[in-house]
This record gives sequence, structure tokens and C-alpha cells, in this order.
Amino acid sequence: MAAPQPITVEDLNIYYGDFLAVEDVNVTIQPRSVTALIGPSGCGKSTFLRTLNRMHEVIPGAYAKGTVEINGENIYAQGVDPVNVRRRVGMVFQKANPFPTMSIRDNVLAGVKLNNRRISKRDADELVESSLKGANLWNEVKDRLDKPGMGLSGGQQQRLCIARTIAVRPEVVLMDEPCSALDPISTLAIEDLIHELKDNYTIVIVTHNMQQASRVSDRTGFFNIAGTGKPGHLIEFDDTEKMFTNPENKQTEDYISGRFG
Amino acid sequence: MSSTDVAPDAPEAPEQSSLRSGGRRFGDTLFSTLSVGSGILIFVTLALVAIFLTAESMPAFRESKELAGIFGTADPAFSLIGGVAPYIFGTVLAALIALVIAIPVSIGIALFISHYAPRRMAAGLGYMIDLLAAVPSVVYGLWGGVWLVPRLEPLYVFLNQTLVWPSWVPLVPSGEAIIPLFAGDPTAPMRNLASAAVVLAVMILPIITAMAREVFLQVPRLQEEAALALGATRFEVVKTVVLPFGRSGVVAASMLGLGRALGETMAVLMILAPGATFSWHILEVGMHNTIAANIASKQAESSGADMSYLIYTGLVLFVLTFIINAIARWIVSRTTVKG
Ligand SMILES: Nc1ncnc2c1ncn2[C@@H]1O[C@H](COP(=O)(O)OP(=O)(O)OP(=O)(O)O)[C@@H](O)[C@H]1O
Ligand SMILES: [Mg+2]
Repeated sequence: MAAPQPITVEDLNIYYGDFLAVEDVNVTIQPRSVTALIGPSGCGKSTFLRTLNRMHEVIPGAYAKGTVEINGENIYAQGVDPVNVRRRVGMVFQKANPFPTMSIRDNVLAGVKLNNRRISKRDADELVESSLKGANLWNEVKDRLDKPGMGLSGGQQQRLCIARTIAVRPEVVLMDEPCSALDPISTLAIEDLIHELKDNYTIVIVTHNMQQASRVSDRTGFFNIAGTGKPGHLIEFDDTEKMFTNPENKQTEDYISGRFG
Repeated sequence: MSSTDVAPDAPEAPEQSSLRSGGRRFGDTLFSTLSVGSGILIFVTLALVAIFLTAESMPAFRESKELAGIFGTADPAFSLIGGVAPYIFGTVLAALIALVIAIPVSIGIALFISHYAPRRMAAGLGYMIDLLAAVPSVVYGLWGGVWLVPRLEPLYVFLNQTLVWPSWVPLVPSGEAIIPLFAGDPTAPMRNLASAAVVLAVMILPIITAMAREVFLQVPRLQEEAALALGATRFEVVKTVVLPFGRSGVVAASMLGLGRALGETMAVLMILAPGATFSWHILEVGMHNTIAANIASKQAESSGADMSYLIYTGLVLFVLTFIINAIARWIVSRTTVKG
């Protein structure tokens, strides 16, 4: 694999119909690192995250203007197929969503079967094992791979979704509040996992949990919104350590220290 | 706060906690009485129909070969099994063929409405489907008999005479239809079981489509996004998420359609040239009939024991529908996915 390149976002404006939800984002996200996005509710973190793999396009009326370069390719260039973008930029959602009709094993293989259809049983077995190991779930489920994925606990389901995402070997993994529905132990398990994943993947995670952002991320972006109906802005983006100890911007400092407004 | 005002029939209990209400509230009581009453009413109606059918069939039972021993009948006129069996065969065969035609088309239309069509077009299409469900069956009968039957003729000729085994293929009856259902000797006008089944299919299409569309629209958004985020195309989303989710609903919808097809009378009566054989040759004319169409065609000039025999065939249809519904329920309960 070639040396990973950063994700470069330039002049990105995101709309829901007439409503400008996020305005003028310019940022460079380092590869093989964890980037956290924080900010108050409704400031456009999820919206921005979804434009990194064009998932916002499934919402009627939603569109983005600007460029997002991943591995030197603008994913908004003419003729780019969003399906191919999503195969390279995976996503983990706030609520774990394994496919209810599929076994644990089939859940892990679901994306692979979409991508290149045929896979030998041996390769499939190996992939299931390596992906589940990669998601720190293997030991818990190795004896019941053929049981439904819905039979797992919430935290295990979320790790199954991560296994499913990394099974297609994406370059980037986007996570939108992946721990918000989980207990502290499961949350720690996923944070540990994020730490390990960054050796191989570029990770962008949205979180409301400031400790989580400071624990898992290398760099942090702070989004804010001037008021309801106004667009969200990326206020500050810097090394996590700097953001949490000595932010440049007054708004960031207020938000991080718990003084809103 | 005084709870006793709300529940006047409760015994006087001034010390009682004010959070408890002494009796059921009036609205609740009224509503539960009404709903239980309606439930009982349905049950009673069904029982009455069954009793009527059985009682009115008695003369036919008495005159039947099978029960002659019990009743001591000297000269039995009917066969309870042999007489009705060809009609059962025709009824089930026509309904099944109608299902085979209608299910894929319905799923296709429902998917188009729920997942492919632009929103405004989907609404219009849905409206049209509902309208199709409201067309009376006599209209379908007219349309089928006058317009459709002549237009199906070339297709039947193709299936019967062109889709045959070529002589160079070994070990097959060369010159015979590749699909045995289309063998035989069809003659125009094609008032055969196939035509009746096609019209039945058109009639049950809106029912199945409308129900399938509802189920497909209920697929959790999160499930679809999960597939999309893995790089699924729209078709792959349908395949991996929508169809598995909708499967039990589609089965249920199909069974509803099957029920309708089994009992449909008018359209079949107006299209099918009747016969009473067990022929699998659905293109041949004058070979089949359904129970319902048979009753409708004969009831005007029947009386006495003949009438009783017709009512007995109605009882058979009633039971047949029950059995098929039970099977359907069993299938649905087996294929339902949890989660
Ligand atoms: N599907 C949608 N249609 C229209 N507007 C939307 C849609 N989704 C989000 N928005 C709007 O876009 C803005 C940003 O929403 P977004 O969900 O990105 O916020 P967020 O930062 O992720 O909030 P939270 O922390 O609560 O998840 C909000 O004003 C929201 O109302
Ligand atoms: Mg959000």
C-alpha cells in the first residue's frame, strides 16, 4: 500500500435543501490517526461526518459543495460513484445496527460479499476471524458464529459493526457517537479498540464525551453554532492536547470548561 | 383530589389513597365491551355460516355413496369425494398459477414504489394500485373475456407449439411442450384455466402490492444505512436488507391474495369454459372449473338435493380456505424474523 495521504477538506458547505447546515469547512485530517469532533448538539458534526463518505446523499434534499480529497482524489468530482467512496470510507453508527436476519459470521462478511461477491470458505473463515479479532470480539463469539448478531449485548453488537466495517478493509472509518448507547465497560472496550485501529485506519469520531475525545484522539475539531437556524462552523482544529489545555479560541475554551454560550 | 367522583360505583372508601381509582373508568369499560363484543360477533358469524353450510348439506350427505351405509340410503346419487375433487383441483391450480404470476410482479411494483420511484410518482402509483383493488370483479370478468383472451392466444400458441423439444435432443418426447403444463390441444377462444388465472393474478396484484409496499416502507432506516455504508448499491440494499426484512410480510400478503383467488367467482365464471377433469394442461379449453364458479353457474336452476350438493361444495371451499389460511399462518410464524 502506498503511503497514506491526509484527507483534505476545502471550502465545504453542506445544505439540507435551502438550509445551510455547515459553512465553509477547511481542514486536513491526518492519516493513521484519530480525529475527534466535538461541539454542542445541532452544530453539524454528524452532517459533516457524513459528507466524508457521501452518506448525507441518502437524505432527500441534502447536498454538499466544495472538495473532499481522500488519497488525492476528490470524492465530489464528476463521475465519482458514491458506492465506491463508501467502500473506502466505512461508517459506524450511534446505534449498533447489525443485520437482524444474519448470523454473526454473515454480518462480518456482508460487506465483502457485496464488494467482490465470491470468496472461498477458507478465505471467509480467515477474514471473519481476523476482523472479529481486530474488533476485540473474537474470544466472546468464536463458539457461536452462526447465531444471530442480534443476540449479542449492545456493546458486542457495536464491536460486531466495527468488525463488519473493517472486514472490507477501508482506508477511513467514521464513527458517529459510537459509545453513546453503551455502558462504561463497553465504552472502554471500544476506546481500546480505536487505539489499536489507528495503526491501520484513519479514524474520525464524533463524541459528546469530552474525556473520551481527550483519551482517544490525536487531534480534535470543535464545531459551534451561533444560534438556531444559523450554520455550524469549525471553530478550531488542533492537537488534542493543545485543545484541552490551551485552546486558541475563547468559544473552545468555554465549551471545554463547561461554560456554554 | 377525589377519586370517588370518577368511579361512582366504587364502595365508599374515604381513607383510600387518592392515586387509586375505585373502579374502571367509564370510557375504558365501554371500549373494552365494544371490542370484546365485536370479537365475539365475528366468531358467532363464522360459526353460523359453518352451521348453515353443514345443516343444508345434510340432504346431500344422506344421498351420498360414501355415507349411504350410515343413513341407509337405497339409491345414492352423489359422490362426496369424486364429485367435488375436480373442482378442488381446478380451484387450487388456478389460484396457485395466479399467485406465481402475481407475486413477482407485486414485489417489483412495491419495491419500485418504496425504493426507486421519485416521491411524487410513488404517491401516484400507490393511488392507482389502490384504485385497481376497488374495480369490481364483474368488470375484470368482462375485460378478461372480451379483451384479454383473444390477445393471449398468440402467447398460448407459442408456449404450446414453439416451446417444444427439438428432435435432436435425445431422450425427450420431441415435438412435445417443454413445460408439460402447456401441453395438450388448445383451441380458440382460449377460455382456459390459464386465462382465468391471468385475470385472477391481475385481481390479486393490488392486494399483494399494497401490503408489500407497506412492509418495505417500514424497513428501519438504520438498517438500510448500514448496508449503504458498506458500499452497497441500491439493488444490494434491497437484496440484503429490504427483502429479508419484508419476507414474512410478503408471505402474509400473498396468502391474503391466495384467499381472494380461491373464492373469486364472477371473473372465473365469465372467462372459463367449464369442465371437470384433473388435467394439468392449463391451455386446454373445457377441462377445469372452480368450486365458486361452479356454484354460481348452477345455483339458479338447482333445488332439493342438487341444491344441497352445491351447498356441500360451498362447505368444502370454506374448509379449504381455512386449511390454507392455517398453513399460511404457520409459514409466517416460521419465517418471521425477530429484531
Ligand atoms: N435530515 C435532515 N434534514 C434537515 N435538516 C437536518 C437533517 N439532519 C440534520 N439537520 C439539521 O442540520 C443541523 C446539524 O445537524 P447534525 O445532526 O449534523 O448535528 P450534530 O452536531 O450531529 O448534533 P448532535 O450532537 O445532536 O448529534 C441541525 O440544525 C439539524 O437540524
Ligand atoms: Mg449527531
